[in-house]
Order: sequence, then structure tokens, then C-alpha cells
Amino acid sequence: MSGMTMSQKILAAHAGLSSVSAGQLIEADLDLVLGNDITSPVAIKEMEKFKTNGVFNKDKIALVPDHFVPNKDIKSAENCKCVREFAKRNEITNYFEVGQMGIEHALLPEKGLTVAGDLIIGADSHTCTYGALGAFSTGVGSTDMACGMATGKAWFKVPSAIRFNLTGKLSEYVSGKDVILHIIGMIGVDGALYKSMEFAGEGVSSLSMDDRFTIANMAIEGGAKNGIFPVDDKAIAYMEEHAPGKKFTVYEADEDAVYDEEYTINLSELKPTVAFPHLPENTHTFDETDKINKIKIDQVVIGSCTNGRIDDIRCAAGILKGRKVADGIRCIIIPATQSIYMQAMEEGLLRIFIEAGAVVSTPTCGPCLGGYMGILASGERCVSTTNRNFVGRMGAVDSEIYLASPAVAAASAVTGYLSQPSELQ
Amino acid sequence: MKEARGSVFCFGDNVDTDVIIPARYLNTADPMELAAHCMEDIDKDFIKNVKKGDIIVANKNFGCGSSREHAPIAIKAAGVSCVIAETFARIFYRNAINIGLPIVECPDAAKEIKQGDVVNINFDTGVITDETTGKTFQGQAFPPFMQKIIDSEGLVNYINGKE
Ligand code: SF4
Repeated sequence: MSGMTMSQKILAAHAGLSSVSAGQLIEADLDLVLGNDITSPVAIKEMEKFKTNGVFNKDKIALVPDHFVPNKDIKSAENCKCVREFAKRNEITNYFEVGQMGIEHALLPEKGLTVAGDLIIGADSHTCTYGALGAFSTGVGSTDMACGMATGKAWFKVPSAIRFNLTGKLSEYVSGKDVILHIIGMIGVDGALYKSMEFAGEGVSSLSMDDRFTIANMAIEGGAKNGIFPVDDKAIAYMEEHAPGKKFTVYEADEDAVYDEEYTINLSELKPTVAFPHLPENTHTFDETDKINKIKIDQVVIGSCTNGRIDDIRCAAGILKGRKVADGIRCIIIPATQSIYMQAMEEGLLRIFIEAGAVVSTPTCGPCLGGYMGILASGERCVSTTNRNFVGRMGAVDSEIYLASPAVAAASAVTGYLSQPSELQ
Repeated sequence: MKEARGSVFCFGDNVDTDVIIPARYLNTADPMELAAHCMEDIDKDFIKNVKKGDIIVANKNFGCGSSREHAPIAIKAAGVSCVIAETFARIFYRNAINIGLPIVECPDAAKEIKQGDVVNINFDTGVITDETTGKTFQGQAFPPFMQKIIDSEGLVNYINGKE
């Protein structure tokens, strides 16, 4: 019998089994069930069909209205009302109202609700973000969320894994976003379908927690079930700061764990990377063609659960400081949570943005999913730090999204063309 | 439901949930309202032409992207009786089973079945028959656990039935 991957160990522990193997169907106990303002109303309606009443544990459910809040229209307001009333009725501890909310995947780790060794499901595909802390977390739909809220359990097919050995260290203006775009460009949007993406190697220690959140966040864009990082001193320091006193468990992959594929990625060799429309796998680097420098843009968005954290905001501010957003470009900056917003304010970053001619918004998903706060008209182009550039994702069916890091997005705002920071004077 | 039969609508690779049901309509969870916009960013006429019982056939990674259950709900409410694809994105796969929308993975069928063909699927055996061309394909039958969820018309009914 061969060893288990990190993901498999967490699943086995939560299913009460000493071991599991890829392909096995299991039922496991959940540490946290998450939903937002789009997925929760569907789940709440499903829950009404249950014979048993109420939720399995009011402390182990997180409800975060973030997609269309502050409400963009009457229907969204009705959905949020439904979530708010459900939270009240069931005395949900972790319901985050406008004013306390942030984009769910930035908010939950910050609030200490996700720690190493946890098994988490969320009715949102980017729930895989918490793998940065060594948790097994994965996106599900509303019915799974409903059953999770009612029973505290979910069914899983145990995934096999792909291992990414990271070596070296990132260069200036290259960040976690470039790492994950590089990987998706290499394996494709279904390259890790049904599988875990497990990160390992000495290169991990040089990555900031914010870089790791960005990388784990976009595991789903490679089709993966989850992305997961080993738990090192940085991860432990993060949890001690954000979840003081909360028990966490460190799992390590067995030496003889089996991987479907292994890749080695030298972080030192990575360059600013951009995913062209209309798939995250459609990646290019700036030295590849000269066409990449001639792409005229209309809008820049810096934010989302992928790149709305403090490192991202600082990086963008570093580039925009003393510069101006190019004429005719709308540059929209969205810190992902209230505390990131406040931190940015205290560091004087908001002033830098406003002086540069950018707008700064309260936390919201907004433009990332084409909700509001920056919808594209027909034929328009946007450089965005979000995670999906599908047809129509941010507005008109024939608009275009270029996915990039905060550094590339900020530099592009200054030039008005898709640009990397080294091009700025 | 042990069988589905209908005419086929074909789609390509990586049909994502943003084109199955664009986020601009996610301010509602009403199945009929969602169905009215099903596939509109990839095929404006789909909803005009689809009839109850019809079948979607697609290539790889069908349903990739967001976890919105609104996507299989929209497809089911549009009248589609089954989706056949080379592969499905995993959250879509779960969601389809959990709401009782039958789906079958079958690379050969995905390659050979053409738009407008009339197709029959037997869920017990996984056999797909293209009645227009006479060809048959062996799709993957569900493991018994998932078949039970589909037979119960979804996960909630299945769990209710167990207790
Ligand atoms: S920021 Fe975008 S990807 Fe992230 S949760 Fe919100 S809508 Fe989804």
C-alpha cells in the first residue's frame, strides 16, 4: 500500500479512516461550510426540504454577502435579505454584514476561520484558496452547501494529485499571480481536473502568505479540486496572528505518496505573465511577441479574492506613486476586506491612488464577475488582477479581459497599454 | 429516470458556467427565469430551439469555472434531459448529480454525435444510441452511490430517504 498525499491525509482523518486511496468515495466531517449572497439563497431554499430542522453547528458556518453588495439592485437586496434572515434565525456566528464583510476568500483566513488541517467546503469555486494554510478546502454547489449546513458532512471522491516542486526565488515585480498563470498556461484549464495541486520544495518558503493565497485561489482555473501548501513557519505565524488559540493540525505528504505527475518550477526564471482572452490558459510573457505591447486598454481592475490583499495593494501603490493613470483609462482599486482597506488608509496608499486618478471602492466582488462597479462595454479591454477571462465575464460578450498581476495592472493603467513595470520611466 | 431521448445540441471545449448562465442574471434563483437565459452568450437561439427532453453534447471540461448551481438548474429547467461530454469540470459534475440532472462522460460519443441527431441514453447500462446514425457508444455508468442520488432526484431527497 502506497503512502498518502497531504490532501488524502486530511480527507482520511475527517472520514475516520486510517487511509484512503484515489478514487475512493467517502463521507467526511466538515470544519466549515461557506456561502455567499449568490449561492446561499439557493442552499437555504434546499434546506427547507430537510426533515431535520436547523444547522449542524452555528459556529461552523460562514455566510458572506460579497458578490452584489452593497446591493446593486432590488433582486440582489432580496437575496441578501434572505441570507441575513436565515443567519439571524439560526444564530449563525459568522455572518458578515456590509461594513464588516470583505471578499469571502480574503476575509475568512483574516478572521482566523480557516486553519491548517481543516476540511472546508464552500459554495464558491475559489474556496480552494485556504489550501495556502494547509487546509483541504474545495468549492461545491448550493445543494452540497445545504447538506453540509444541515448534517456537517459531505461526500467526496478522493483525488489523486499533481506535485509542483518550487525552487529558487521570485524576481522583483514577479508574484504569486505569475506563478499560477505560468502553471495554468503549462497544464491547461483542465490539466488538473478532479486532482489536487500540491506545492512543495524549498521555493515555498520564499513566497509570502499573500502569494500563496493567490496561487491556491486559482487552482480551480487548472480544473483542480484543491490546491495545498505545506505548513511552514510563515503559515504558522499567520495563524498565530489571525487565529490565536485555535487548534490546527499539520499534515505532511508521505515520502512514498504517489503523484500522477510532477513538475519542477524555478521561481527565479518566471516573468510577468498575462492570460489573454478568453481562457486563463492562454498565457503570454512580455518578451514573447511585440504584439503584447501594442494592446490598447480601457480599464484596469485591481482587487478580487485573487489579488485584493495588502501585498497587492502595496505593490500597485508603489507603481502608481507620483504617476498618473493615462488619459481615458478607468482604474478601479478594490481592497478585499475592511481591514485591508484600513491598512491601506493608514499607510497612505489610498491617497496615492486617488492622486493618480484611480477610484477606490469598498470591498466587493463587483466587476470580477461582471456584477457592477466596472462593467465593460462592447469591444472594450480590461487588464484585471481577477481570475477568469471567459467570454462576457466582465460585461459585453465581445469585451476582453487580460488577467495579470497587480504590478502589470498598475503599470498598464499608467501607459494605457498592456505593460510591465520595467517599461515605466 | 432510467432513460433519456431527444435531439442533440452540440458545444465545444471548456463551456464555462459564465456562458451557461451569465452572472448578470444571478440576482435571481428562479429556475424558469434562469432557463430563459441559458447558453445565451454562446448560442442566442438555444433557448428558442430547445425542446423538452433534448440533449446537450459537448467536448472536454464542460461546466468549468464558477460553482454556481444556477448552471445545471438552468439547463435542467430549459428541458434538457441529459448532458453528454468528453469530461466535466468537477463542481459542475457534483452539482448536476446533486440536483438530479443526468450527465454521462463518453469521449467517443462526444466526438461522433452531430447537432440535430436523435439520441437515446440508457442510464442503467450507460449505453448511448445515436438513432440517426445507428451507432452505439458505451458511456460510464455511475457508481451505485451516485445512481441512488440521481434516482432520488437529488442529494436532499436521498439524505431524507436515508434517515
Ligand atoms: S472576487 Fe471574483 S472570483 Fe472571487 S469570490 Fe468574488 S466573484 Fe468570485
